[in-house]
This record gives sequence, structure tokens and C-alpha cells, in this order.
Amino acid sequence: MARPDVWEFRAVPRWIVALAVLGALFILLPLAGMAARVNWPDFVALVTSDSSRAALFLSLRTAAASTVLCLLLGVPLAIVLARGSFPGQRLLRALVLLPLVVPPVVGGLALLYTFGREGLIGRALDVAGVSIAFSTTAVVMAQTFVALPFLVLSLEGTLRTAGQRYEAVAATLGARPTVVLRRVTLPLVLPGLVSGAVLAFARSLGEFGATLTFAGSLEGVTRTLPLEIYLQREIDPDAAIALSLLLIAVAAVVVALTYRAPRRRHTRPKGRPATAGPPPREAATP
Amino acid sequence: MTLAMSARLAQRNLDFSLTVGDGETVALMGPNGAGKSSVVSLLAGLLRPEAGRAELDGRVLYDAERGHWLPPHARGTGLLAQDPLLFPHLSVLENVAFGPSSTGAGRAAARRDGRRWLQAVDAADLADRRPAELSGGQAQRVAMARALATEPALLLLDEPMAALDIHSAPLLRRLLKRVLAGRQAVLVTHDVLDALTLADRIIVMEHGRIVEQGPPAAVLATPRSRFAAGLAGLNVMTGSLVAGGLLTDDGEHVAGRWAPGAAADERAGAGTAAFPPSAVSVFLAAPHGSPRNVFARTVTDVEPHGDQIRVRAGALAADISPAAAADLALAPGTDVVLVVKAAEVALYPA
Repeated sequence: MARPDVWEFRAVPRWIVALAVLGALFILLPLAGMAARVNWPDFVALVTSDSSRAALFLSLRTAAASTVLCLLLGVPLAIVLARGSFPGQRLLRALVLLPLVVPPVVGGLALLYTFGREGLIGRALDVAGVSIAFSTTAVVMAQTFVALPFLVLSLEGTLRTAGQRYEAVAATLGARPTVVLRRVTLPLVLPGLVSGAVLAFARSLGEFGATLTFAGSLEGVTRTLPLEIYLQREIDPDAAIALSLLLIAVAAVVVALTYRAPRRRHTRPKGRPATAGPPPREAATP
Repeated sequence: MTLAMSARLAQRNLDFSLTVGDGETVALMGPNGAGKSSVVSLLAGLLRPEAGRAELDGRVLYDAERGHWLPPHARGTGLLAQDPLLFPHLSVLENVAFGPSSTGAGRAAARRDGRRWLQAVDAADLADRRPAELSGGQAQRVAMARALATEPALLLLDEPMAALDIHSAPLLRRLLKRVLAGRQAVLVTHDVLDALTLADRIIVMEHGRIVEQGPPAAVLATPRSRFAAGLAGLNVMTGSLVAGGLLTDDGEHVAGRWAPGAAADERAGAGTAAFPPSAVSVFLAAPHGSPRNVFARTVTDVEPHGDQIRVRAGALAADISPAAAADLALAPGTDVVLVVKAAEVALYPA
């Protein structure tokens, strides 16, 4: 029997490879251009100044917090979108993805007019003594707003690919829905969950427009690394470039660390993928 | 310890009822799309019926009229499908221990159960492997152990051997024979051998309905449905019974003799005529001679069948020698005359 996983033929035209090289260069060249402009002798001093350190730690803290928030809200959203069937499901999916296409500044304005002092919910919160806008909480909310679709999109795709057959079998073995989620669904979609969380973290780390609009730029409170870079660009270009490189390095390290992890799981012998088997059958996919 | 179920599901054209007695294994057979897997899914709780009721050992699984429906995890039905569907992220032992540990057994107790059931299916040595490291037959045995570890009140087997190669199937069949002894089970299968060796009763389904049922040997010896006849390798013609034969809906007369057990007062109304392909001779023109059944047909298929050639012409089949097939230059499209001696044709009421 012919087994596609041992075939070695690749139908990739040469011109596609050429364009791919061009695409990779388009991303790598600007990085090289920036690295060439770095003031290396002063690099350490530039990135360890008080304002730089404050911005870096604020960025890491808020990005981590918004990643956790994305997981708490995004995992249920992805599950409901992938597994549920209810009226308005397509509309909900479209709306959840809206922050991807809306300019972050617009997102920031929307947050401001919802949670700001004069906003829809903000007014009630203000009466209760809670003020969100222009606080670190606002930074986390702005980041979560723009990063959530990345996690939902990535996880929903993985959930759909994984299918529901393992979940059905787990249920027939006596596992309640919560047990199925914990012991079957989440472990099976772990690679998608991890890559979704990494994407959300990276997007949070780079967030600028929504943060500036909704949270402002207060050193140590809301001035994250991208905001600090933008500010320094006017005052001290050398510092801006050094911080940019630092931001890229942090993002690269996070992505590299987490993207390597899922590939080591499920070591499988040659030629027999873990998902071997006939296509989904009616018994498991009502 | 019995199962009684009825279900209607218009969207799958299903209107079905079934009872399974204490310790009984029922084989569900029928062409693709007959609704066999739907019945299994309904019992496992993976499909909801529009109407009907099911009760297993006094517990109501579903009752559409009262809006009662038990979720799959509360049913006590074990499912083994064609695809073993072992959880790829768990070891073999963890897979088998999944049921007990999901229903409240402690980790140690669940693993002990897991080992015991792995032992029971002769797979104790596979305990530490990953599912991806198993052969198809091994995976299916482990899946069997996993289903049994929950001690299900009803075992649902949906073509458990369909995906296995010819070397693994006999091993699993022996295991199933051992497992099914004294257990209530519904077995969906396409294999006559499974039905004969494993089931106490065969139910033949077509278009979501039961067309025939009975003990395996009886169903295969005197099939009333075209599907069962096909399984038994017989030709079947249906129509109404007339003196000494059968008048088909196409107006053909089939002469035969009464099958044993066909009472005199049943020899009228709807009936069936059955004869084996080996009793059919093939000619290019109608022969003269003794009273025989003659059917003009067009060849649709010619294929090897053991050391014979099976000639298919519409719904009928004939087994002839390769030499005869070559002499007649048979090919799809050839007009032929199929001849069967009346003594070879069994008639029985439907």
C-alpha cells in the first residue's frame, strides 16, 4: 500500500522557493539594519537604565498577566466555538476576531469608552471606587483585548483538527465532561494551546496603540517597553535602538523556548502517525 | 439483566427496536448506511433519538417522550469501534486505567484494575508502551481491555475487526469469544464468521429497519433478505408464492421445492426463492430439455472466486469453471441465459 508519509517527492516549484527567500529576507534585513545601528559600547548601560529596567519588567509582568487572562477567557471561547452549535455562532466568531483587524488605537478608544471614568461600565465602577483607565490593570486589559483572538484562533483550529472522537470514547468510559476536558481534550490540543499562548504573549509584549490610548504612558505604571522605545526615539535614539533589540531578543527567546517543547512530545515510531486510523465515522461524530 | 430499546430518527431514516437478553450477544448486520452504527451510537449516548425509549437493567437510558436522556458517562455501556482510539498522550496502562480512575477509583486501584484487564486480553507486556508503538491488533486488544475495565453492563462493538489484517483478526476473534461469553453485547459486523462464532442471534437491518432476525445458522441457511443471502453466498429472488413456485415482481416464474419447515398453510403470499451460485449454469442461448428455470440476463461482472469464476448478472450470480468462462468469452455486457434446476431452488414464505 502506498504510504504518503514515506514518499519523498515534494511538489514545490523553484520560483516559489525564490519568493520564499525574498520573503524571509524582507523580515531579516530590517533586523540586520537595526543591529548595524546599535551603539554597542553603551549597550549595557542603555538597557539597564532605571527607566529601561522599569519598562522591561512592567512589560514582562503585564504580558504574563494578559497571557493568563487570555487562557482563562480564550480557552472556553475556543471550546464553545469549536464544539458548540448555537444560533449566532458564526457572528460570535467574527466578532471575537475583530481585534485582529481593528487598529489597536481604535481598540484602546473602545476600552476607554467602556471602562474609562466616563464609560459604559466605568461610570458604575467609578461610583464603586474602582478606577481602571491609566492603571497597570488597563495595560493588561488593552493587551488582552488585542491578544485574545490569537489564542482563540490557534486553539479553535487545533480543537477542530483533533475532532471529538477521543472525547466521545472518554465519555463512554465514564468520564464526566469536566474530566474529559482535563484528561483528554486539553492534553490532546496542548501544542495548539502552547502556540496560542506564545502568540498571545508575543502580541501582548508588542502592544502599543491600545495601551497608549487606554492606559497612557506613566513610567513604572503603564509605560511598557514599546511605549518607552517610542518615547526614547525622540530623546535618545541610541537607547530606543538598544531597547528595540532587547524586545526582539526577549520575544525570540520566548518563541524559541515554547515552540520547541511540543515537538518533543509523543515520540512515535517511523511511518505510523499517532492519529493513524480511518476518517471520522458516524459513531463518534453525531 | 436485559436491554430493551426502541428509537426513531427521521434524519437517519431509522425506526428500530431491539431487545438483548441476559448474557446474549446480538449481531447487527446489513449493508452500509443501514443504520447499524446509529443504533450503537444511540445506545452509547452519542446520538439522541427523536422518539423511543431504552432501558438497560432497569435503568432508563433515554425516554424521548418524557424528555429523559442519560449522558454517555452515566450509562455503563462500553464501546469498541473499528478504530481503537487509544488516547495518544497516555501509555497503554494509563489508557486501560482511564475508565476506573475517571469514575472515582484511586490512582493505585485504577492501575491495578488496568493491569488485571491487560492480563485478561494477553497484553500485560504492552503496559508501558505508547499507543503509536502498537500494531493494529495490539491496539484493538488494549482498547478492548479499556472498555472492559469499566465493567460495562452492555458492550457495544462496532465492527471491531474491520480494520485488522488477516493475521490479527483471528486472535481478536478468539478473545471476543471469551469476553462475550455471558455478557450482554451488540456486535456490528460485516463478517459472517463473526456472526456465526460470536453471536447468539443475527439481526439484519436495511434502511433503518429490521428485515430479518434469528439464530445465525438459521438466518444463513434460509435467508429471507437479499443481504443475508449475499452473506450466505446464495441467490435470492422475492415475489409471491404460487403453486410449486414463485412469481417474481418482474413476472418471472421460479420453480422449486419447499424448504423444510415451511408449513402447508404458509405456502401463499409473499415468498422467497434461494439457490446457490454453484447450481447455476451459464449458456449463450436457452437450452432444451428437462423442466428448469431459465433467466435471461446481461453479465455485469466476471471475477475470480476461489478456483471458480463467479459470473454476476444483475442480482444473480453463477459459479462456473474458468474453462467454461473462457469458452463462452464472457465479459460485462454479454447477454446470457442462466439455468437452474428446480430441485436446487428452495422456496419459503417471507
